[in-house]
Parts: sequence; structure tokens; C-alpha cells
Amino acid sequence: MKVSENWLREWVNPQATTQQIAEKLVMAGLELEIEPAVAEPSHKVVVGRIVSIAPHPNAERLRVCTVDAGAAGAPTIVCGAANARVGLLAPVALPGARLPGGVEIEVGELRGVESRGMLCSAKELGLAEKSEGLMELDADARVGQPIEQHLALADNILNLELTPNRGDCLSVQGLAREISALYGLPLSRPRIKPAVVVGERRFSVEIENLADCSNFAGRVVVGLNPKARTPTFMRERLRRSGIRCIHPLVDITNYVMIELGQPMHAYDADKLSGSLRVRRARTGEKLTLLNDVEVTLDQAELLVTDERGPLGLAGAMGGAASAVSATTTRVFFEAACFSMQAVAGVGRRHKITSDALYRFERGVDPDLQRAALERASELAIQICGGEAGPITHVGRTQPEPVSVRLRRARLVQLTGQDIQPREIESLLSRLGITLVHGDVGTWTAKIPSYRYDLRIEADLIEEVVRLYGYERIPARPYAAQLAPSRPSETRRGSAQVMDALVARGWQEVVNLAFEEQRMHEALSPQLTAIALDNPIAETHSLMRTSLWGGLIAAWLHNRARQVTRVRLFESGVCFHEADGRVVENPRLSGIAAGTVASRQWGQPARAVDFFDVKADVASLLEACGGDVRFEAAEHPALHPGQSARVLVDGQPAGWLGRLHPRVAKALDLAEQPLLFELEWAVLRQARMPVLAVLSEFPSSRRDLSLQMPREVSAQVLCDVARDSTGAHLQRVNVFDVYRAAEADQTGKSVSVELHFQDASRTLTLEEVDASIEEIKRSLQERLGAVVRA
Amino acid sequence: MSDSLDDLQAQALRDIEATTDARVLEQLRIDYLGKKGRVTERLKQLGTMPPEDRKPFGDQVNRVKDAVWRAMEARAVDLAEVAMQAQLAAETVDVTLPGRGDGVGGIHPITRTIRRIEQLFGELGFESVEGPEIEDDFHNFGALNMPEAHPARAMQDTFYVKNGEYVLRTHTSPVQIRTMERYVRNGIKPPIRIICPGRVYRVDSDRTHSPMFHQVEGLYVAENVAFSDLKYDLMTFLSRFFERDAEVLFRPSYFPFVEPGADVHMKLEGRWLELLGCGMVHPKVFEAVGLDPERYTGYAFGMGVERLAMLRYGINDLRQFFENDLRFLEAFK
Repeated sequence: MKVSENWLREWVNPQATTQQIAEKLVMAGLELEIEPAVAEPSHKVVVGRIVSIAPHPNAERLRVCTVDAGAAGAPTIVCGAANARVGLLAPVALPGARLPGGVEIEVGELRGVESRGMLCSAKELGLAEKSEGLMELDADARVGQPIEQHLALADNILNLELTPNRGDCLSVQGLAREISALYGLPLSRPRIKPAVVVGERRFSVEIENLADCSNFAGRVVVGLNPKARTPTFMRERLRRSGIRCIHPLVDITNYVMIELGQPMHAYDADKLSGSLRVRRARTGEKLTLLNDVEVTLDQAELLVTDERGPLGLAGAMGGAASAVSATTTRVFFEAACFSMQAVAGVGRRHKITSDALYRFERGVDPDLQRAALERASELAIQICGGEAGPITHVGRTQPEPVSVRLRRARLVQLTGQDIQPREIESLLSRLGITLVHGDVGTWTAKIPSYRYDLRIEADLIEEVVRLYGYERIPARPYAAQLAPSRPSETRRGSAQVMDALVARGWQEVVNLAFEEQRMHEALSPQLTAIALDNPIAETHSLMRTSLWGGLIAAWLHNRARQVTRVRLFESGVCFHEADGRVVENPRLSGIAAGTVASRQWGQPARAVDFFDVKADVASLLEACGGDVRFEAAEHPALHPGQSARVLVDGQPAGWLGRLHPRVAKALDLAEQPLLFELEWAVLRQARMPVLAVLSEFPSSRRDLSLQMPREVSAQVLCDVARDSTGAHLQRVNVFDVYRAAEADQTGKSVSVELHFQDASRTLTLEEVDASIEEIKRSLQERLGAVVRA
Repeated sequence: MSDSLDDLQAQALRDIEATTDARVLEQLRIDYLGKKGRVTERLKQLGTMPPEDRKPFGDQVNRVKDAVWRAMEARAVDLAEVAMQAQLAAETVDVTLPGRGDGVGGIHPITRTIRRIEQLFGELGFESVEGPEIEDDFHNFGALNMPEAHPARAMQDTFYVKNGEYVLRTHTSPVQIRTMERYVRNGIKPPIRIICPGRVYRVDSDRTHSPMFHQVEGLYVAENVAFSDLKYDLMTFLSRFFERDAEVLFRPSYFPFVEPGADVHMKLEGRWLELLGCGMVHPKVFEAVGLDPERYTGYAFGMGVERLAMLRYGINDLRQFFENDLRFLEAFK
């Protein structure tokens, strides 16, 4: 909310600078900025009156005006504005004047006629973004008066960014109350004179549900002058509040809203028929709003209707059909208290914002409606003439009094500061809250109607502390009550795992957790992705089903900057839907591309391959304990011949592989990087170390060179070797693999080392020989592997 | 005879001096001092000598033998040294060439900042807890005193999924709710002292807003927790995080789930900067999770990780965090 400082000071006027008041408000929780009333001042601009107009001899669209500028004489000014007319009062910039934007006015010649100054528009004075014609001033403006004085431009605009709980401060009155409480000053409230009621004309009003609208006040004002114009003071105040002038009656309702905090609506009374009703919409009802947009309504919307149907969205925006116009002579003013619940969501559903809605969403004083109505009537009669009809006021015309219990002990407990009873009473009384003593250390606080945000004890405690000053609450030295955590040695922290990867040369990245449809289809077509109802962009329309998309993007970003070798990893959640439920999988994933090492002299360059990354992945899983296996398996995004499912103790732990060439092509990638993905659920597991007996007896190693079918995996080879003997075989390791010739599509040579050991004695040569023979037999029988000559 | 012995010695010493090879030196040893060596041979002449000449001659031969021996020993040492030098020269490498392989990677500045926050709060007795990122309305809003029509909902522009059935959490406060619920469900009594780091989401994307960012929220619930405890803990954290005496200001502010609520500002490089929000847990939050608001009080706070990282490390563009440019990331190794 923006509001003029001068206007505010009419209500409460602390002996303090604007800056000091602003600081005080900020320290009380009301955020604000100060702006000057006009961005750049004008010099040597005065009120002028056009006394005569003659056509320009050389230009059809220009006219030559004689302007009475008071003490500055009666200069001749060439002017092109359509609204220039004899008798018009308008700002005139005299020779030597400087206007906003650095424009300097000099005596000049326009198409052969001397012009000694310039008649100004509001825009030229920096008072409007755009304007048409000359700025028209009130008929009683004093000719020759400097325009800064006439418009009271020596003013500031307080631009308040209020938190949603302080709807009560969204007006001059509300803000003045707050300042009066902060400074302990009285409030000088302008007197509102109730209008003299003439006639009987009224509209009856019915409220369907008091929970939607606690009360509704309305009246007709007739005999209005449709030619009346909004006075300059009101225009300027509204301008400083950021409100455009539209029509005197609308301007009046806006003025009352800014002044008192009550959003109002002005209907053309001749366009209403029968009695009014505040009710929820029926599904399918339609309404064309003031902004000429037709909306289709449903039962969530609260309406003001007449016998013919909806007149407006209650508290949000009026309808076009019943709006006041240039011919309106009879107005029906509405001042109602619509509830927060009733207006919630209207703005979002119909993409409407309005000052009224902004206020109703934050709450409006339920005891303000009648006063606001009187104020609007008073202003209407002043500005447009006319007579006021009787007030119709229905609903809870007197709000129920609210009282809240306050215990000093609770206040002290919650703040940690021993604030004295007298101070508590004094601080709250400044807010208009009266305290009545109850039991010892207890008060009953009577809450004024405009502080509808104060409903429980904690609300009052906050008010006390806010006025007392947060800075006066001391920091109490460390006195935490603790329940020591119980870290388990069978769980690892993510830092431990990630640091291990970092030590092996991997760099962590962080991506936004969104995914593009294209990436989802390429990487995890088997999963149902979770789509956002309101994504910010097409590329961010899904929640990521895989971390690989982001990793590929990060790789490409750096590749475009000549970084060809990357080892990137990310830790994050992957999302999908299963059986109608949201599933979140925390994962650690990585991408490797480019050469195995950065370009260097000491080792030959070669591309990173499956086994380079496998070593890194295996090292992460080592600490998990258990049996870590990589088994050939197919993943939609991975090369079927170079992808492995990772298992720890038979439990799926993730994937490792090269990107499928088809997927690479679909994503326009020139290379197929290696990717891995591991489940945090498994990675977090840690083995509790239990030391096995270390054998003191020597082990013996035998090597076997085997010729075997190509499809037999190293894993199977080792498994069969282990299966075939007792406990003596301690370790099997494949240390060489050789495919004799490209032509040989069926066979391969594999060399394994076998380590035999017993915990209690040295094995004899014969025992080892026997085991070897048994292993050879098993390998031959089960795998077709024969020892090479 | 003695002349020829002197000649022999001189010859031997010349030969030794001229030797540059250990094997040649060994051959000289055999030639001169071996069983049939030229010096040894001379001793055999003793038998043909008159007895009175034997001793002086023998002594002379032995002196020659000693001299040759010593010269050989000295030469052997020299040759070994030369050989060593030659080996060292041959084995010399350019130590300024880069080491083989690649260096270590690094963690992202966001993770680095979260770890630092976790460490500092860890020392103050806070345990780190995580929770889901797709939340239901109750945990993200309802339980936090933001019922359906609450205007504060507009403070956090929310991403919805599954036709509004779920939201992307707009803060990590739902983890606090879930933690309190877990305590109540399992019959564990406070104290609860936790921080909740994690990704959060809001419909906002420009130079200073990212639709996803990171928060660390904190919660302390026990008997008699006061605003003055909150002040102490946060001031302690801030002065440690920035490694300087914290000039800190608590200003009234509003968050629906705390009351009284505050913004915390800190003076950094002469400017007051808003760093975090905090306050005393609202009684309605306790009611929502089933803790007795009369018995327990608590405080909560929340901070943006990116903001703290930006101030700490001089990062001036929020978008850099998510571009993953290695030149940016490697600055945090």
C-alpha cells in the first residue's frame, strides 16, 4: 500500500522525520520504503488561467492562448491541446522553468508565433505515466500560485510492504493507529458528518450466510451531477496511493478505502433491479466484470446479486453492467464485510487483482462499514451534489466483542524477559486494548474490532514484545535441553560417501529437480512421471525421474566450453508415480565422458570405459559390506551390451552402463557417456567391522589359463570355481582376458588366480592339487572351460 | 732390485690411476696382488737371496704391496662414486612435470554450505533430519497454521502436482511437522532439537529467484524454551558461520507458524542484510501435531542456503548455482 505522508500526518503527527517514522515502523514489523511525491520537481510552474484563445495563423492544430499567470503577467502561449478552452485552469511553465526529464522552457517561436511558456499536462509534470491534454485544476485554484504549493508536492509516499496479518494497517487510519501506538500519541480522526437523509428510496439486502459476509451497509445517493469532476486534492492523494482516477464516484470509494480501510463499491442505482442478495454462485452462472472479461462462476464464488442475477464478485470486482458511467445520477454505495474465507482463491481462479480483494483477503474491520458509508455519502454530496437516502444495514451490525486471556507468567516464559505488569498494561492500552484484572497475574484483554488478527494469548504476547522492542530481550546463554543423538555404525552419512567419490576425482553438481518430457521419454520411459500442474516452463514440466538428464545437461554445458573430460555426480531425489502414489527415491548418480585421464605426458590417452567407472562405483559399495554384484541386465537408457544392474546382497542398488546409442541420437549427443545411479537406501548401509581370524599359515596360489565360450561371464566363472571346493579356496581373481581373434566369435581365453589357505594348518601340495583338479572338472563340465595347453 | 720394485710400484699406481672401470680394477688386483701377481711373484725371489738381504727386501715388497693395495681401495671408492653419479644422472627426472593421473573433484558450494551449517548447529546439539519433497497440503500448510483461505499462502507461490492433491514443499517446515508427529506417535517426549536441510520449490524464476532452492530450517521444542534462547542460538550460529562478531538485529515479522515472529538481520560490510526468519512455535502448530502447547514451548527458524553461500563466498548471481559450470564449481574445491 502506498500512502501520502502529509495525509497521514493529518491523523497523527509525531515530532519526527519521515526517516525516523519509517525506522520506527520497520522495527515494529511494518516494512516500508519512502519515495518522494513526485520523482523530479518542476520549477517556475504556476497555476494559470486561459483568458483568450485565437487560432494559430500558420497551423491548423495549434492555437494561441493568452494565459493569466498572476504576478508573472499574461503571456501568450502556443498550445496544441484539445482541452484548452477559455476559463480553464492549468499549470503553466514560464520561461526559465525546468520540467522533469530536464526539459527547459524558453521563449520560443512556434510556426512564426512567439510562445512565452508552456501549458502543461500531468505527464509533463511527472504526475502521470500518460495523460491526455492539459492537466485541469479545480475552479477555485489561485492563479499564479506555484504548482508545488497548489498540489502540495512537498510530500513523501510511504510504500508499505505489509505482512498478511496486518490487514488492519492497509489504510491511513490503520497506519495512523499504529504510529499513534508506537509514539504514544493521540489520533485526530476527521469528523464524519452523517448525511441528512432525504426520501425513502432504498434497496433491501439479504445475506445468505453470515460466515461469508458479517454485515452489509448500503444506501442510494440521488441527484448527482454527472459533470462533476474529482477535486485535485483527491486526485493527488489517489495518485500517491497508486490509484488511477476513473469517475468521481469510483474515486470516492477508492478514497474512502485508502482513508479508512473499507473497500466499497459504487453501483449505478438505475441499473439495479429489485432487492440485493449476497450469496454463493450457482455453477455455470456467468458475469462480465468491470475489466470486460466474462467469467464462468461456480459455488466457490461469493456474489452480490439482484433479481436479474450476479452484479459482481463480492469483494473482488464489480460487474460491467451495473457500473457507474458518465451519465449516472443515482448511485448505490456498498460497504460490506466479506470474510477472508469467502474471497479466498477468487483472484487466482479468475486472474483478478484488486485493491478491494487484497484487503478482504487480509480481513477488514467488521465495525467499519457504516462509518465508511457515511464518509462516502458526505464526499459524494460535496463533490457531485445530491441527496442521500436511508441506510440499509443488515447482518451483524454490531460485531461481537472479543476478549482474550493473558497470563504474565506465560509471557515471561515465552520471551525469557521479566516484563513488568505496568509496562504490559501500558503497551497494550496504546493499541486500544483494555486489560481487566482477573486472577493474580492474569488479565482479560478486550480487543478492538479492527484488530481482528488478535485472537489468542500468543497474539497478545507478540504485540507486547513488538512494542517493548525485540532488542530489549536478552540472549540467554546456552541452556539447551538435549536428547543426544544415537549415531549407528551401520549407517553412513551422505558426506562420507560423496567425499569418497570426490577423492576419486568426481565433481558434484546441483540441478533443478525438473525434467523435460523428451528427457523423461529417453531416460526412463518405463516410469510414470509426475507432472506439475503449473510448471514455469515446458522444459520444467515434470519432476525428474532420473538424475541423468541433469547430469547430461551439465556435461553438455561444460563441453560447449571446451571441457571434454568430465566426472560429474549429483545427489538428489528422483520421482515417479506407482499405483497412484508418489514415490521418491534418493539417489547418487554420475556421468563420465571423455578420456580416462586429462591430457597428460605420463600415460597414453584412451577413452574412459565401463571398467573405469565400475572401479569407482565398486569402491563406493565396498563399505556397504555384503556381496556386491554387477549383473548384465537391460535398462531402456543403456547400451544392452554394456549395462549392469548393481546388487548388494541381492538387493537392487542401482545401474551402471553406457548410454544407449539410440538414446544418444534422440538427444542429439555425439558421444555416449557412461552413467551410474545408486540408491541412497543401499549406499547408506555400512558394515559393522568384525575381525575374522587371520591365518598364520602360508597360502598357495595357482594360476589357470582357460579357453571358454564367450558368453560365460567372469562372475559365473568365479562362482563355479567357488562352488566346487570346500573352504580352502579363499579368493578367485580374473587377471587376464584375451579374445584370440576377431574371427573367433565364440571363444575367449581367461586367466584366473586361485588362492588356497587353511586357518589351522599348512595345506599339502596334494590337497591343493586335488582342489585344482576338482575346479578344473567343474569348469569343464558346467561351463565348457578347458585349461589351455 | 729395489729400483725395479720402485718401477713396479710406479707402474701399478699409474695403471690404477688410469683405470675407469671397476672390472678393470679387479683385473689389476689380480695382476699385481693375486697369487701369481707381479708383486706377489717378487716375494718368491726371497728364496734365492742371501739371508741377510731377505728381510729388507721382504719389507720393501710388502710396502709396495701395501701401497698398491691402498691405491686400489681408494680407486675403488672413487669409481663407485663415479658410477653412482652416473646412475643418478641417468635416473634424473624433470620434477616439474605434472604428476600422473588426475586430482580430486569437489563438492558443490550448496552442499559445502549445508555441511557447514550442519556442523555448526550440530555442535549446538541439533540433529539433521530429512523428509519428502512432494508434500500433502496438511504438512506443508495446514499443520503450519495456514488453512485453506490463509492469505499467507500467497506469500509462497506453490507448485502443485496431481491436480492439486500434492504440492512441492515450499519450505522444509513439513519435516519439522513430521518429526513432531513421529515423536508423538512413538510416545517420545521432547526435547526435540533438529535442523532440516533440503530442496524447496516456489513458482518464481528471475535473477534473484530460482524455482528450486535450498533451505535449512530448525526447530527446538522443550519445556520453557524462550525467545531469549532463540536469540542466543542464532547469534552464536551467525557469528560462527561468518567468523566475525555478529552485529545482529531481530525485527518483528510474520510467519503463520510462529508467534512472536522475527526477521534476523546482520551487518555485513556495513550493510544490514536480512538473513533468516524465526520465531516461537505457534500454539496451533503444536495442536496440529498433538503436542500440548501449555506444557511445551519452542522456537523455529529458517534460512536460505543460497543466500548464505552468496554472502559468504561472494557469489553474486543465483543462477550460477544451477549452471554447473566447472570454472565456478572448481573454485570451491
